[in-house]
Amino acid sequence: MTQTRTVSRNKLFGIPLPAGHTGVDLIISALRIIIVALIIIGAGNTLLEGRFTFEQWLALLFAGLAQGSIYALIALGYTLVYGILRMINFAHGDVFMAGAFTTVFLANSFRQSGFLDSQPLLAILILMGFAALVSMTVAVLLERIAYRPLRNAPRLVPLITAIGASFFIQYTFRGLFGSGFKAYPTVAFLRGTFSVGSINVPIAQLFVFVSAIVLMICLYWLVERTRIGKAMRSVSEDKEVATLMGVNIDLIIVFTFAIGGALAGAAGVINGLFRPQGVNFFMGFFPGIKAFTAAVLGGIGNIPGAMLGGMFLGVIEAIGPNLVLNGLGIPSANQLKDVIAFTMLVLVLIFRPQGILGERLSAEKA
Amino acid sequence: MNALRLIVLLAVTFMVGTAQAQESECDDERGCVLIGPDEPVTIGYMLVTSGAIAFLGEDSLGGIELALDARGNELLGREIELLGEDSLCTPEGGQTAAENLVADEQVLGVIGTSCSSAAVAALPIISRAGYVMISPSNTTPGLTEEKRDIGGVWQPGYFRTSQNDLLLGEVTAQFAIEELGARTLATIHDGSVYAENLQRVMAERFVESGGELLYAGSINVGDTDMTAILTDIAAEPPDILYFPIFEPEGSFIAAQIRSIAGLEETQLMSAGGLMVASFPFNSGEGALGMLLSGPAVAGDDYRAFLADWVEKYGSSPPGSYHAHAFDATNILLDAIEAIAVENSNGDVLIGRGRLLDAITATSGFDGITGSLQCSPTGDCATGEAIGVFEIGENEVNEGHWPPGLIWTPATGALVEDM
Repeated sequence: MTQTRTVSRNKLFGIPLPAGHTGVDLIISALRIIIVALIIIGAGNTLLEGRFTFEQWLALLFAGLAQGSIYALIALGYTLVYGILRMINFAHGDVFMAGAFTTVFLANSFRQSGFLDSQPLLAILILMGFAALVSMTVAVLLERIAYRPLRNAPRLVPLITAIGASFFIQYTFRGLFGSGFKAYPTVAFLRGTFSVGSINVPIAQLFVFVSAIVLMICLYWLVERTRIGKAMRSVSEDKEVATLMGVNIDLIIVFTFAIGGALAGAAGVINGLFRPQGVNFFMGFFPGIKAFTAAVLGGIGNIPGAMLGGMFLGVIEAIGPNLVLNGLGIPSANQLKDVIAFTMLVLVLIFRPQGILGERLSAEKA
Repeated sequence: MNALRLIVLLAVTFMVGTAQAQESECDDERGCVLIGPDEPVTIGYMLVTSGAIAFLGEDSLGGIELALDARGNELLGREIELLGEDSLCTPEGGQTAAENLVADEQVLGVIGTSCSSAAVAALPIISRAGYVMISPSNTTPGLTEEKRDIGGVWQPGYFRTSQNDLLLGEVTAQFAIEELGARTLATIHDGSVYAENLQRVMAERFVESGGELLYAGSINVGDTDMTAILTDIAAEPPDILYFPIFEPEGSFIAAQIRSIAGLEETQLMSAGGLMVASFPFNSGEGALGMLLSGPAVAGDDYRAFLADWVEKYGSSPPGSYHAHAFDATNILLDAIEAIAVENSNGDVLIGRGRLLDAITATSGFDGITGSLQCSPTGDCATGEAIGVFEIGENEVNEGHWPPGLIWTPATGALVEDM
């Protein structure tokens, strides 16, 4: 049966629009142009003014990459769970906190005993393992107690539950360890800088970046090259068909939470080596939000997307205020760091609604 | 049915009768509290005890509890009952906490709030009900300013043992210009009412005294990466970087500043928000040589207080207003004790107006935050009680606290402690 489709031309303020375009399209196009123009003008002004040197820009870039690596590691937890369950685990930031907060005590005892200075790499590996274990336990318990009973409930129910679980984890840890701030010890070999010519990169930043990349490669390998990774992908594709093929869905979901939790725990220690201060029960809140943003930015459900989104967000946050806002003459540019980050999110989403690497979701998935 | 009616009628008559009897004894225009022989003396607190800055409320609560412990938890031969409300750090929180506390007619006075934003909403409720509140940590100038046209919100019943920002900003600027010989300044605040006001007052006084303000910027609570703003400041390095904010953002600035080229010679200064043992210890070497201006909380009394704290709670105080809460509680309890009138039948009658007058008359109070004297609009901390501290090796490496007091407005440089 054939259907004849009449092309009716839409109008905006009485002006006929090009065929196939609606008023919304026009507004989005205008928004694209305005945001891009503001960025170009701001950046141009700053660069012409020459307030910062090339070395300073590079220093900001590296700090942004290191911060972005941490966002990326947390973002992976969001994206893995979303890929499997189509739910946003808003308590994931607190899973990160659980590992980081618990391990700070072990890290400080390592410093006092001298173990951290005599065997730094081994000590860091033990700390990361311990934090991963703690976060993994919290994540698995979270799935078992808070999410599994609601697996077939409408989508909003687990979402609200996740927010409740987030508070529950925060205040449990406050009860355990108090509300004061703790800090990770600084490790001697991470203090120096790595120099190439006139470019100096703090070794701590390099270390964060490299460890994050290594962990991400391991994850990618796990998901793409192993049997359980194949099972994860099949559950993500279609739960019912996966069940028919003999995949144990419950096991795969628990495994996904465990992997996401372990990565978050490891990120807690890596974060502690890079930004030692500020360890307390509330420390997961902001990184959680940023990592979620990174996951959406990269295309939620997509593993390389989360990595890229995290790095992108970290770099934008570090460079954006000085590059764009300073050039536009906006006072207190650094307070508007989040504005820059979220403007970038809007910008990416108006050009690519599915995120940088996201695929358009099929009706079944969405 | 008839019997029930009779009972209700009798009960109502009895209640009206006793209420009249009480009123006839009370000649205080703000009302009275009658405490029976077996009833406790009730005071309340409204502090932030949840959310990101719960440490601030917990810190003050510890000070209140230690003040009660020091009296064996007894006043006027009765047990002291402490009621608590979480006032958050928001106007809504302050309003709810105040409403809940004034709903209890036995509450004599309230310690709180933690945040100025909560105090602004709580104060009208507390004041209208005839109650008194003594804040251990509000510093916004408007709270003790009567004139509405310049932002004053003071009402009778409000007191504070923490320093007014006007006082602290002025003393800090004076120290920077006269003692350090500084000429240029950069400031950072975190968007909170507290930090924004304090850095503004300090910068204004600094400029009035002949200095130059090179940079006034801000970060967000929750930021961990300070390299962007520090790089911006380093484009024109100042003599002084003043950031009167809290942990952990203050620690991030102190820890990251040493890696920024151009800021090696800049003297770091902060205020009461970072006067806490965990700050230098957490920040590491970056905090070495940093100056903190704030309440001159030092001396033997304070050391004894800290020892009691460690014994009771097992670790050092998480914030910097525990001593103020301790003094606030003592001012309130001393005033209650001073004006309580005991009847022949063992009841104690306390007039709320007389309690307010007694607190207002506080003078030469020997607290651990210095000598306190309340102004007619409730500022109990005086300029004498402000000092400048320098963070040294002991604080950074050993977690020792408090750091050495190096200067006070009254005595000038204290060379022996330097």
